[in-house]
Amino acid sequence: MLLSVDHVTHYRYDRPVRGVVQSHRLMPSRFDGQKVLDWSVTMTGGTMGSAFRDGAGDWVQGWTVAGPVDEIEVRVKGLVQTTDLAGILRGHREVVPPEAYLRDTDATAPDAALTELGQLIAAADSPLSGCHALSEAISAAIAYTPGTTRVQTTAAQALAQGQGVCQDHAQALIAAARVGGIPARYVSGYLQSGQDGMDHEAAHAWAELFVAGIGWIGFDPANECCPDARYIRLGSGLDAQDAAPIRGISRGSGAEILSVTVAVQTQEQ
Amino acid sequence: MTPCFNEMFQDNAVRPPYAGLQGWSADMPADIRLAKQAEAEALFRRIGITFAVYGEGGDPDRLIPFDMFPRVFTANEWAKLERGIKQRARALNAFLVDVYGRGEIVRAGRIPGKLVYQNDAYEKSVCGFIPPKGVYSHIVGIDIVRTGPGEFYVLEDNCRTPSGVSYMLESREMMMRMFPDLFRENRIEPIDSYPDKLRRTLASVAPAKCDRDPTVVILTPGHFNSAYYEHSFLADLMGVELVEGQDLFVDGAFVYMRTTEGPKRVDVIYRRLDDAFIDPLCFRPDSMLGVPGLMDVYRSGGVSICSAPGAGVADDKAVYTYVPEMIRFYLGEEPILKNVPTWKCGDASDLKYVAENLGDLVVKEVHGSGGYGMLVGPKSTKQQIEEFRALIMADPGNYIAQPTLALSTTPTFVEEGIAPRHVDLRPYCLVGERIELVPGGLTRVALREGSLVVNSSQGGGVKDTWVLAE
Repeated sequence: MLLSVDHVTHYRYDRPVRGVVQSHRLMPSRFDGQKVLDWSVTMTGGTMGSAFRDGAGDWVQGWTVAGPVDEIEVRVKGLVQTTDLAGILRGHREVVPPEAYLRDTDATAPDAALTELGQLIAAADSPLSGCHALSEAISAAIAYTPGTTRVQTTAAQALAQGQGVCQDHAQALIAAARVGGIPARYVSGYLQSGQDGMDHEAAHAWAELFVAGIGWIGFDPANECCPDARYIRLGSGLDAQDAAPIRGISRGSGAEILSVTVAVQTQEQ
Repeated sequence: MTPCFNEMFQDNAVRPPYAGLQGWSADMPADIRLAKQAEAEALFRRIGITFAVYGEGGDPDRLIPFDMFPRVFTANEWAKLERGIKQRARALNAFLVDVYGRGEIVRAGRIPGKLVYQNDAYEKSVCGFIPPKGVYSHIVGIDIVRTGPGEFYVLEDNCRTPSGVSYMLESREMMMRMFPDLFRENRIEPIDSYPDKLRRTLASVAPAKCDRDPTVVILTPGHFNSAYYEHSFLADLMGVELVEGQDLFVDGAFVYMRTTEGPKRVDVIYRRLDDAFIDPLCFRPDSMLGVPGLMDVYRSGGVSICSAPGAGVADDKAVYTYVPEMIRFYLGEEPILKNVPTWKCGDASDLKYVAENLGDLVVKEVHGSGGYGMLVGPKSTKQQIEEFRALIMADPGNYIAQPTLALSTTPTFVEEGIAPRHVDLRPYCLVGERIELVPGGLTRVALREGSLVVNSSQGGGVKDTWVLAE
């Protein structure tokens, strides 16, 4: 599938700030399921740092903007050819050992309910079917309801309230999978979700679970499926914060007003 | 408990290294001694050297007692210690490069992957990155105790930012000022080259992108930090800037320091700040102490950070038990310095031994520090032992056990005169292009009679440490 992306993040400060520093993971991952045909990231007034590929295989690019500045726009535009690999991250080069993804973070610390869900792994015939069972259980336990959770909501909190968005589904699945001894990580990316354009889903997140003998496999409990040709993968981390495509900070006392638009569309072949 | 080794007196005779101190201490009248001790304390207080040794907590402005009776090693004793310390520093660095690279030692089954990769100190953001010269830990502080004439044991390794070296330097300074004759009569190896050596070590790991004389800075959390005195002391002696996070900033591919003459590029940062705080874009987002964007510059080769982020995984208490294995695996050598025998309660056979001998052992929590979650068998009541037994049985993997060692003693000035007190030693090994250390280190002394605890928070003091020339 040929997908075009236009992703604009706009920052406005009510008082000019003295400077901005950001770290981006906004480049599509290199693996057999996606091929970048065209891609650009721009930042108004920004100076690029030296980019590098990190141990997880993500392309990291630092940016700085010298102030005073009251408005910044980060724009990602590009074209990617994708292939459905049934969620399998084939041909992805990385050096972080899978075991490093068994560690909890504050956002993915398991409580009793997550620990109980984690038992689904051991109860299944194979680790792979255990992962599928767990992903289905998370889909059933957390109803997709935008506006009910916040960026800081933890996996345990989202599961307890039974509502959330893709971030909550992904973090809950990660937390429960780790209880079951399955290395698990948070993945951020884009999703093409129909002509009606559900914009809030276009900037998307899902989970990857590591199954020995197969490797990393994507699971998207928010959409009850494994990532296919509609998905573009950007980067991964131990939780949402660790995998964020943009991490940044501004120097100054100006309050930030953020607006984000994302359009992911299929193109004529 | 077995009688402990007295470093000065053996079989009623003075051991050779202390011969030069016999007359000095015996002839010193009590009033002179008290006057000298008061003078030393006043000097320490005046220069403001008040701080706690790494990880001890307590009042940051407390003055650590200084004992004037030096601790002495012969050239031979030191030669062996030096080889052992350098060997250990090499192996620890080889381990760090390996576990952030291919992880051969884990693949070979010589250390469990869980212990390394699920360790809180394992930093996956630096996987695949090899720091300049392949060095992660540039200042390795190795805590050593002695139990006999030739018996030395390593208690723990400190691979992050071991502190206390300013006490080593100031103790010598103090002794030379108060007792110049001692330094004429005895051939004592100098240690005053430490700041130069440290500076050279730091400059030697400047990134490849640095094409001029490297600019080195010390990054401190600030004056409220318990080791702030040491940070400013070292910056002063090395002739480098002492900076806080807000004095540095990232612009494009490099890190700069604000100066009165405008921004100046920084090549090497000796940080006295924990990993979690050095860059809010990579670690704790709420940290105000670090430099935003620093880790991106570091990982793209624009600046060096000493010690390298992630170095802490090598000095974990559970990883410690595998250091002899690292020496064999990476260097193909037998360890020169011994580890304290350690039983891992996670192993069934070790657990059985520990359970049967709890009354004689020291049991520690694997990730605990500062003496919390610890049982000292010989000093505990039956009830305390049984309560601790229940804790161990509930989570054996979380505990290790060691024998209670009979730490050596050296003569120490106490109220009644001179008496033996237990000591340990922390040498500071510098690792850059070369591996080197100045002769000696910081000797800590347990001033309370019978106490084995040298921590300053529990009545510990410091001494000057001598290594005699051949």
